[in-house]
Amino acid sequence: MEKAKKRRFGIIASIVLALVIVLGFFWASATISKNGKHQDTLTRVEKQGKINWGVKADTKLFGLMNTKTGTPEGFDIDLAKAVTKQIGKQTGKKLTPTFTPVTSASKVQLLKNTNIDAVMAVMTITPERAKVVDFSNAYFPAGQSLLVQKDSGINSVNDLNDSSKTVLVVVGTTAAQNIKKFAPKAKVIALQDYASAMQALKAGQGQAISTDNAILYGLATENPSYHVVGGTLTYGPYGAAFDHDEKPMVKQTNEALATLKKNGEYNRLIKKWFSGVPGLNWHELEVHG
Amino acid sequence: MSGFFDAFTGANLGYLMGGLGITIGVSVISIILSLIFGSIVGVVLFERFPFFSSFVGTLNNIVRNLPLLLIIFFTYFALPQFGFHLPIFWSTVVAMSVFQSAMLAEIVRGGLEAVDVGQFEGARANGLTNMQTMIHIVLPQAYKKMIPPIISQMISLVKDTSLASGIVLAELTYRGQIVYAQNTNFIVPVLIFMTVVYFLLNYGLSLVAKWFDSRLA
Amino acid sequence: MTLLEDHFSVFAQGFGHTLLASIIALIGSLVLGTFFAILQVTKSKWARGLGNVYVQIFRNIPLLIITLFFYLAVAKVIKMTGFTAGTVALTLYTSAFIAESVRAGILSVDPGQMEGARANGLSFAQAMRVIVLPQAFRVAIPSLGNQFINLVKNSSILAFVGGLDLMYQGNLVAANTFDTFATYIIVGAFYLIITLPLSYYIQYLERQLKQKA
Repeated sequence: MEKAKKRRFGIIASIVLALVIVLGFFWASATISKNGKHQDTLTRVEKQGKINWGVKADTKLFGLMNTKTGTPEGFDIDLAKAVTKQIGKQTGKKLTPTFTPVTSASKVQLLKNTNIDAVMAVMTITPERAKVVDFSNAYFPAGQSLLVQKDSGINSVNDLNDSSKTVLVVVGTTAAQNIKKFAPKAKVIALQDYASAMQALKAGQGQAISTDNAILYGLATENPSYHVVGGTLTYGPYGAAFDHDEKPMVKQTNEALATLKKNGEYNRLIKKWFSGVPGLNWHELEVHG
Repeated sequence: MSGFFDAFTGANLGYLMGGLGITIGVSVISIILSLIFGSIVGVVLFERFPFFSSFVGTLNNIVRNLPLLLIIFFTYFALPQFGFHLPIFWSTVVAMSVFQSAMLAEIVRGGLEAVDVGQFEGARANGLTNMQTMIHIVLPQAYKKMIPPIISQMISLVKDTSLASGIVLAELTYRGQIVYAQNTNFIVPVLIFMTVVYFLLNYGLSLVAKWFDSRLA
Repeated sequence: MTLLEDHFSVFAQGFGHTLLASIIALIGSLVLGTFFAILQVTKSKWARGLGNVYVQIFRNIPLLIITLFFYLAVAKVIKMTGFTAGTVALTLYTSAFIAESVRAGILSVDPGQMEGARANGLSFAQAMRVIVLPQAFRVAIPSLGNQFINLVKNSSILAFVGGLDLMYQGNLVAANTFDTFATYIIVGAFYLIITLPLSYYIQYLERQLKQKA
C-alpha cells in the first residue's frame, strides 16, 4: 500500500474504533441504568418455567456437591425443590428448579445481574443486605459460633481476642464482619469458601473458624478432633433472597414456606439432614403449630 | 499410605475426569478464538498504520498487563451489568480469549517482523495484492517461526484455566477442591493427582513444541 | 470514585502487599532461576538432568496448585501464612521461566569465551560469574522483564489463600459494597501502575537491542 493510502486507512480506522468505544461506553451506561430498573422475577420465572437457585456446593448439610451425580445435595437444595413445587401449585404454572453453585462473595452480584433468580445458600438476613436484596421470611434459625481443635484450650471468643490468634472466615459472610466486634485484637483472614477454610484450619493457618453454627456442625461431623464452642455470638436466621423490590416473588415464597411448615414437609427435611449430627439437638429446629 | 488411594473412588475419579474435560474444552475453544483475534491484532500492529496501530497497541498493552484473574472476575461479575448474560463456561472462554489474543498479538507481530522484507516485495512484484501477500506468503512463514512461543502460550492457557475455579467453573481444580471438601485427608492425594494430570497435559504440549523446533531448524 | 476514597487504605494496603510479594519473589526467582540455568549448561549429566526436571515440573503445573500445596499441605509441617505460601509458590514457579531465559542467554554467548577463560586459569564458577553471565543477562533482559511483568500479574494468586494482596482486598471490597464494576476497574488501575511502565520500558529496550544488532 502506498503511504497516502495507508495513512488514510489509519485515520479512518482510528476514528471508527474511537467511535465504537465511545458509543459502546454510552450504550453500556444506558444499559446499566436500564438494568437498574425493575424486572419482575415472578414474571420471568413463570415465563421460563423454572427457578434458577443459587446454592452452595461446598457446605455440608446445606449444599454439598455429590461427585457421583454432579449435583449439589443438602437441606437448602431440598427446601428449594419443595418451594419451587409449591409455588408452581400456587400459580398454576409448572415450575422446575435448577441449581447454580455460588460462593458467599458472588451470590448477591449474580442475583443483581439476574444470572440466577433466587438464592437459597445459607444466607443470613441482615439490615445491610436487605437494602440491596429482598428476603423471604426466615427458613432456618442460625447463629454465629466457633469451630476449634478439641485440645486447643479455646472455649470462647474471649480466648481468641489476642494478636497472636488468627480467626478464619469466608469472604462475603456476615461472620467476617461480626468477628471484628467480638475479638477486635485477633487477626482475621478471609478465604474463598468453607472447604478452603476447613483445610486452612487443619493446616494451622488459624486457631478457629467463625461462621454459622449449623455449618460448623457440618464441618465437625467429618473432623471429629474439632468441636463447636463459645455458644451463639449473634442470632442470624437464613432467608431466601431475591433481587430488590420483588414483592410478588417474596409473597409466593413466604406462602410456600408457610405451607411446607404446616404440612410437615419442612420437619421431614429437618429430620433428614440434621438428625444424625452429633452435638446438635435437631428437635429444637423443628417447627410446631 | 493405604489411605492414599481412598480419595480415588470411581465416582470421584469420574468427577475429576469430567473436570479435565471442561479444562480441555475451555482451552481448545479459547486457543482457536485467540489465534484468530491475536493474528488480526498482530497484523495491525505490524503494519504500522498511522494512529490506528498505536491506538490498538495501547489497548493491547492495557489488556496484556492486567492479571488474568482480574479479567476473569470482571467478565463474570461486571459484564452482566451491561446485559451480557454469559453462562460461566462461556464467560471464562471470553476472558481467556481476550487475554490470550493480546499475548498472541505481540508474538504474531514479532514473527512478522522476523520475515525477510524481500518476500513482500517479491510477492507484490508477482502481482499479488497486499492482503494476498499477507495471507499466502508472509503469515505461513511467520507462523512457522512462532510455533514454539505460541505453544508455550497455550501451555500457560491450560494452566490458567485453573483460575476459573475462583468463579466456580467446574473445571479440574475446582472439582479437586470439591473432592477434598468431602474428607480433608484427601487433600494431599488430590493435589498430587492434579499436579500429575496438568503436568502430563502440558509436558505433552511442550514435546510437540520441541518436535516442531527440531524439524524447522 | 467515592469508592476509591472510602476504601483507599484497603487498596493501598493491598498494593503494598502485591509490591512486597513481587519484589521478594523477583529476587528469589532470579537467584534460583540462574542457579538452575547454570546446572543445565554444566558438563555433568546428573546436574543437567536435575535442572531440566526442575524447570519442566514448575513450568507445566498451574501456579494455583503449587500455592494450594504450600498453603494447605506444606504448612502442616512448616508454619506459614497465606502471604508466605503464595510468595514461595510464586518464586518457585517464576524461577523455572527465568531459568529458561537465562539459559538461552548463556547459550547465546560464544562458547570460545568460556574456553578462553578456562585456559587462562579461571575456574568454571569464576568464568561463569565474570565472563559469561554478564553477557547472558544483557541478552536476556527483555525476556526477564516480561517474566517480571508476569510475576506481578500472577501475584494475584495470593487472593486464593488470604494473602492480603490487591486482588484479595478487591474481592473483599466488591463483596461488601456490591459495586463490582468500579472495584475491579480500580484494582486494574493499581496493577497497571506497576506493569504498564515496565512493559513500555521493555519494548524500548528491545528496540535498542535490535538497532545494535
